[in-house]
Amino acid sequence: MQILSSGGRATRRRLLLGFMGVLGTAALVAGCSANSGSSTTTASSSYTAPDKNLSANITYALWDQTQKKAIDANIVEFNKAYPKIKVNVDVTPWTDYWTKLQTEASSNTLPDLFWLNGPNFQLYASNGKVEPITSVVKAGAIDPANYPKALDALYTLNGVEYGVPKDFDTIGLWYNKDLFQKAGVSVPTSSWTWADFNTAASTISQKLSKDGIYGAVAGMDGQTTYYNTIFQAGGSVLASDGKKSGYDSAATQKGIQFWTDLIASKGSPTMQQLTDTAADQWFVSGKAAMYWGGDWARSEIAASPIASSVNVAPLPAGEKKATVIHGVSNVVAAAGKHKQAAQALQVFLASKKAQQQQGDMGAIIPAFNGTQAAFAKSLPGVDLQVFLDELVYAQPLPTSKNTAAWNAFEAALLPDAFSGSKPVAATLKDLATQMNGALAKE
Amino acid sequence: MTIKLSPSRSVPSIAAPGTRSRRGGAAARRDGIWPWVFVLPLLAGVGLFYIWPILQTAYFSFTTWGVFGGATWSGLNNYLRLLADPQLYTALANTLIYTGIVLLGVPLAVWLASLINTPGLRFASFYRVLFFLPYVAMPTAVALVWRIIFNGDFGILNHALSIFGIRGPFWISTPGFALVAVAVVGLWSSLGFAMIILGAGLKNIPPELYEASELDGASRARQFRSVTVPLLTPSIFFVLIITIISSFQLFDLLYALLGSKNPVMPKTMSLVFYFYSQGFVSNDKGYAAAIAMFIFLLIGIVTVWQFRLQRRWVNND
Repeated sequence: MQILSSGGRATRRRLLLGFMGVLGTAALVAGCSANSGSSTTTASSSYTAPDKNLSANITYALWDQTQKKAIDANIVEFNKAYPKIKVNVDVTPWTDYWTKLQTEASSNTLPDLFWLNGPNFQLYASNGKVEPITSVVKAGAIDPANYPKALDALYTLNGVEYGVPKDFDTIGLWYNKDLFQKAGVSVPTSSWTWADFNTAASTISQKLSKDGIYGAVAGMDGQTTYYNTIFQAGGSVLASDGKKSGYDSAATQKGIQFWTDLIASKGSPTMQQLTDTAADQWFVSGKAAMYWGGDWARSEIAASPIASSVNVAPLPAGEKKATVIHGVSNVVAAAGKHKQAAQALQVFLASKKAQQQQGDMGAIIPAFNGTQAAFAKSLPGVDLQVFLDELVYAQPLPTSKNTAAWNAFEAALLPDAFSGSKPVAATLKDLATQMNGALAKE
Repeated sequence: MTIKLSPSRSVPSIAAPGTRSRRGGAAARRDGIWPWVFVLPLLAGVGLFYIWPILQTAYFSFTTWGVFGGATWSGLNNYLRLLADPQLYTALANTLIYTGIVLLGVPLAVWLASLINTPGLRFASFYRVLFFLPYVAMPTAVALVWRIIFNGDFGILNHALSIFGIRGPFWISTPGFALVAVAVVGLWSSLGFAMIILGAGLKNIPPELYEASELDGASRARQFRSVTVPLLTPSIFFVLIITIISSFQLFDLLYALLGSKNPVMPKTMSLVFYFYSQGFVSNDKGYAAAIAMFIFLLIGIVTVWQFRLQRRWVNND
C-alpha cells in the first residue's frame, strides 16, 4: 500500500513540475527582453589620423571564420603603423551574429568596428548605431571612387555614406560542360539571351530525362535568382526612393514569370523538388547542367565531384544585362569608446594594401579597384573573370530599413507563383500590397 | 518500499507523524529561517530567469517595441491585432494537430514499456537504450537525418514505397504531409522518454498483484488492462502533462526538418515558430510578446484543466 499512498505526494511534486514546464514557455520570451536603450546621436567630428603612439584596446567583430587568417595578417600590418592599438578579432558564426549584434546595439555596447551587410545596414544607420565616414572621406583617408559604385550606394542612406565595401559578390551562370556535351547543346556564351537559356535548359532536360538530369535549376533565393531577372527585365524590387514595392510593375512581373516558365517547361525541377534538395545540391551532384550562383559557390563546386567539368558564363540578358552585387562593409560603432582607433583600423582595412592582401590570401573578391587579379586566377580552367566583368552592369541588392520583414513575404508568397499554383500577376499584386504595408511601418 | 520512499518524505513527518495541518504549522515554527536560506539560490534563479522575464513579457505585450529597444505603450493593440490575424489560427490548429499525433505515442509507449519490462526478457537494457537514444540526440541532428529520409526524389522512404509500386509524396514540401512528417518524428523521438518514465512506474507495481490475479485466472491481456494500466495511471498522467507541454512548444524540430524558407511553412508553422518569425525575423517584438503570452496562457489553461480532470481517472490512493 505504500506505493499507492506515495502517489498523492508524487502528484503534488508533478504539479510543481508541470508548472515549471509552463514557466519554461514564457521564459522563451526572455530572449526578447533587453534594456530599452536610447539611440545615440552621431556627432560628426572631423577625422584626423591618430598619433602613432595612440594606445587603445578595440574589438573587431565578424562572422566568417575562413577569413580570419587573412584578417590576422591585415592586423599585423596595421600594428606596424599603430603598435599600441590592440585589436581583438571576435568571430561569431552567422546565425548568432545578428542576434548578438542587435542585443549589443540595444545596450550601446557594439564592438568598436564590425561587419555589416546590405540587408541590415539601413536598420543600424537609421537608428544612429554606426558612424558615418563623412569626416574620414573629407580628410582624404578613404576615397569612395576606389570601390564599385553600386556598393557605395548600398552603404549610403539619405546621402550620407557609412562605410566602403571590403569585398563584393556578383552572380554568374555556372554550367557543367560534360552535360552540355552529352546532350549535344553548345555551352553558354556572353551573348546569351533569356531565349537561349530557356531553349538550352529544356533541350537538356528532354535529352537527359532518363538519367533524371535537368537543364537548369530555379531557386528560391532573390540574390542569386529572381532579383537578377527582375533587373534584367528592367523592373525593380524597391522603388528608387526605397518607400514603395516594385512588385506591381509589368517589368518586374516578367522577371518573376521567367522562373515560372522555366519550371513549366520542365527546364528545372519543380518547387517541391527544390525544397527537398537545394539548387546547389542538384548542380554539384551532376543532376543539373546550369546553376545561377554567386562567386562564393566556387569553393563548394571545387570540392565536388564535378569540379573538373565546370565553367562559368555571364548571366543571360533579358531586356538588358544585369546582376545583383552585394558586399560586406566595415563600420564603426557610433557609441564606441575608442572611435579614433576604430576609424584608423577602418581606414587601413579599406586601403589598397590591406585589400590586396585579403585578395591574395582569402576566399573573397576584394572591393578596391584593381586588387582582384588573384581572385580571377584562383580556380584554374574556370573563367572567374566573368564575375569581375559583370561589375559594369551590376545593381545593388535591394534593401530597406527592415529588409527582413518583406523578405519574409517574398519567401511566403513567391513559391506559389513559381510553381504555377497561383497566377503570377495576382501573387505579385498581393506581395506588393503586403510589402508596402511593411515599408510604411519603417 | 517503506525504506525506499522515506528519504523523499520531509523530515518533520518522521519526527512528528501527526495530522497534516498540525505538522505544517509546527515545522514552520521550528525551522525558522534556515529552509529559506537553502531554497534561496534556486528561488533567486527561478525568480530572476523565469518569473521576472514573464512579468516583463507581459508588460512588453502591451507595447510597440523597436528593434533596438524603446518600447512605447500601445494598450491592447497587439492583442486585438493578434485575434484578427488568420495566421494565429493556422498556427494554433497546426500545434493542436501536432500535439494530437504525438499523443498517440503515449498508448504506444505504455504497450512498448510493458513489453520491455516483461520479466526475463533478454537484451532488455539494450532495447531500452535503443528507444531512449532519439531522446538524447540533438533535435537538429535528428531532423537532418529525417530530412534525408523524407526527401521526395532521393529519400529512403519513397524508395522503399516504390518497391511496392507506390509513388510517395514530397513529404516535407507538400502542405498537410509536412505537418504529419514532423509529428511522426516528434512522436518517434519522444517515445524513449515516455518509456523510461512508464518503465519506472511498472517496476513499482508489486509482483504479488500479478501473482494474485494469475491465481484468479486472469489472462495476460486482462492483467494488462486490470492491473498494469490502473496502477500506471500516475505515470501516464505525468507523461501526458510533459508531452502536451513540450508539443505546444514545438519549434526546433519544425525549423530544422522543414527549413525556415520552406514554402509550406506558412501553412505548417506552429505557435512558437510564429512567435519566432514575428519577434526575431520581422523584428516586431511587442507583437511577438503578445503571441508568447497567448502561448503561456494556453498551456497554463490546458495544464490546469488536466489536473482537474486527473481526479477522475488517475489512481492516487
